[in-house]
Amino acid sequence: MPMEFDPVLLARIQFAFTVSFHIIFPSFTIGLAAYIATLEVLWLTTGREHFHRIARFFTKIFAVSFGMGVVSGIVLSYQFGTNWSHFSRVVGNVVGPMIGYEVLTAFFLEATFLGIMLFGWNRVPKGLHVFASIAVAVGTSLSAFWILAANSWMQTPAGHEVIDGIAYPVDWLAAIFNPSFPYRFAHMVTACYLTTALVVLAIGARYVYAGRYPQDGRTMMRMAIGLIAILAPIQAYIGDAHGLNTLEHQPAKIAAVEANWGGHPPGAGVPLVLFAIPNEETESNDYEIAVPHLGSLILTHSWTDGFASLKDFPREDRPPLLVPFFAFRIMVGLGVLMIALGWVGAFLLWRRRLFESDWYLWPTQFVWPVGFITILSGWFVTEVGRQPWVATGILRTADAVSPVEGWAVATTLVLFVIVYGIVFSGGIYYINRLIVRGPTGASIDTPDQGLPSQPLSGARDAARAAIQQPGE
Amino acid sequence: MVSLGMEYYLPVIWALLLAVAVALYVVLDGFDLGIGVLFPFARSEVEKDQMMNSVAPFWDGNETWLILGGGGLLVAFPLAYSILMPALYLPIIFMLLALVFRGVAFEFRHVADTSRFLWNISFAGGSTLAAFFQGVLLGGFVQGIKVENNAFAGGALDWATPFALLCGLAVTAGYALIGAVWLILKTDGAAQARARHHARLLLPVVLIFMGIVSLWTPIAFPRIADRWFSLPNLYYLAPLPLLTLLLAGLVWRWLERGHEHLPFLGVIGLFLLGYAGIGVSIFPHLVPPVLTVWETAAAPASQVFMLIGTVFMLPLILGYVAFVYWTFRGKVRAGEGYH
Repeated sequence: MPMEFDPVLLARIQFAFTVSFHIIFPSFTIGLAAYIATLEVLWLTTGREHFHRIARFFTKIFAVSFGMGVVSGIVLSYQFGTNWSHFSRVVGNVVGPMIGYEVLTAFFLEATFLGIMLFGWNRVPKGLHVFASIAVAVGTSLSAFWILAANSWMQTPAGHEVIDGIAYPVDWLAAIFNPSFPYRFAHMVTACYLTTALVVLAIGARYVYAGRYPQDGRTMMRMAIGLIAILAPIQAYIGDAHGLNTLEHQPAKIAAVEANWGGHPPGAGVPLVLFAIPNEETESNDYEIAVPHLGSLILTHSWTDGFASLKDFPREDRPPLLVPFFAFRIMVGLGVLMIALGWVGAFLLWRRRLFESDWYLWPTQFVWPVGFITILSGWFVTEVGRQPWVATGILRTADAVSPVEGWAVATTLVLFVIVYGIVFSGGIYYINRLIVRGPTGASIDTPDQGLPSQPLSGARDAARAAIQQPGE
Repeated sequence: MVSLGMEYYLPVIWALLLAVAVALYVVLDGFDLGIGVLFPFARSEVEKDQMMNSVAPFWDGNETWLILGGGGLLVAFPLAYSILMPALYLPIIFMLLALVFRGVAFEFRHVADTSRFLWNISFAGGSTLAAFFQGVLLGGFVQGIKVENNAFAGGALDWATPFALLCGLAVTAGYALIGAVWLILKTDGAAQARARHHARLLLPVVLIFMGIVSLWTPIAFPRIADRWFSLPNLYYLAPLPLLTLLLAGLVWRWLERGHEHLPFLGVIGLFLLGYAGIGVSIFPHLVPPVLTVWETAAAPASQVFMLIGTVFMLPLILGYVAFVYWTFRGKVRAGEGYH
């Protein structure tokens, strides 16, 4: 159908594109704001200059990322209406104020104090600058609180009543602290910290491996490994709890994630499907590789209990299968990688071998995208898994779309892809340039080391000799 | 209306609050978009740095008022939001994309070396288009929207009328003017002299645009003519255009005499007078010409819940916004601007 556009599909693709693009930046800046604030507090309390240097370095990267997050976020606050006008009419009474509180308590706080954080180094006293950085960090977390409350309400609505098809608030506390909110909030904030830690770790490893800025690089690696070694396993636990909560409130989503078609004999339990191509036509899995009983064990914590299968839901109430199924496996796989990265790093650090272990340093330079891919995968699981509902049980996605002509949505979709493509490439390019310039802002050498920037083995050895010297 | 209870006052309070938020946005982001409109006329990179640094610490906070405008409409008047957004779909998306280009230009331009000229273009082009489409949105809103069964029922290009395009040009000129008087306040030397020159060119242009819009709306839209020219409204409303002319004359004199602060305050005054004029033409409609603030209001429980937060948060926000403007008061210091 060459000139026919399906407005619902186009609106979904467009929103998925703009929201996926946007989430990359808050995922990073929520953690990075907290990291910069931590560095500044360390600088204030210990007086050691290299904390200040690292803080200023990451502030530059923060500025580029935050700018992209702001401009892509403004787009979203209008797309609820431009693309999903019936959504805003039907659930606006409940979701609207949560977004309103996000603007009032979070956006102004972060956007305003950002000015001082970025440009105030010479204008305000040290203590006030540290305060501004903390205010920005608090603002980013408050923002996550409200937007996740709104999203969680769409997943597991509570504290409302529906009159003539329109949702009205009844109990605000129940609506905000709806059943899935505590889990989703904990899972997302932890994910943001892990994502930032992985970026910091990769930059640190890049410097240490190349023998540039060894002192700063080692501090970055130590702080990042400490955080990952502790948070990555905790995140696995939170994720498990989040999954059990989803099983209780959105069983169709779990059935899709597990590709569970049911029909298991009594006492056999549900197997864990490691790999398969779920087939919606035949209502079964092709090429399935599964471990018996493990699905029951993970989701019901028993050997034989079953849980809802896809066939328990009419076809029109089932989510699409491929995206939640594969995105979930990518998320879990990368989560395991993070635990390994953290624990191996911590072990090497404990044995005092970390900064000589090329086999660890070299690949670790490239782990910076891991957190972002994991977060995007997780969001694909939860958002596609919510389909066919935009607000579970209240409004179907197909009924939420705006009365906008298909060609207009197609045109703007193309424009979004072009503009975001340019902006994203620019952002990556300039952030990489900031990393190449390094914490001192010099594009070639650290003045105190005088080493070439190329990872020549001789230079690396010299840098390592410097690392071994006491009195850092 | 027998009793004027909460359901009468809440939407009025919210309409006023939104009006304040949008007015703050128009003034605050007005000057920083206006600087982008004037950007191509700067003679040197140093001058461009000065211009950009004069707004760099503020632009992000300024644009937050735009989010409050959109978010506030969703919160307080979800029905109006659900009609206006699809009706103005294309100009809204064009404006947002333009804002993307000019927003990222601040940091990208700072880090760039050889590609700097690209981000100069991105900043100037993005700011100018964002200003233009904001004017188009204003025009599209004022001229009215086709509504059936509480939903937008028109086409994707309904907004594209000569009137809306004229409003686009008018707002672009207005933003350039407020940008110029902001630069008079924040810069010195050659940059300031050029800004003064631009302000004197733009002031009459903006007045002419205001005049055309003021004549066009009552001629084209009888509902607006009724509002202004029926008695006794005429007596109450006549001071608005008279005050505008008087203030414009004063701004001209302040520019001639080399004042630095007064032209900026004067142009803010002109903006607010024009804004009040539009408010008079529209109120109490929120989706002209059919739906009013009462018909589109959110549930009272939602409006009250949000109002409680607003009463506490808005003074706090205004306080720390003022604090940041105060921190970066005075002229842009050469070389100090960027982090």
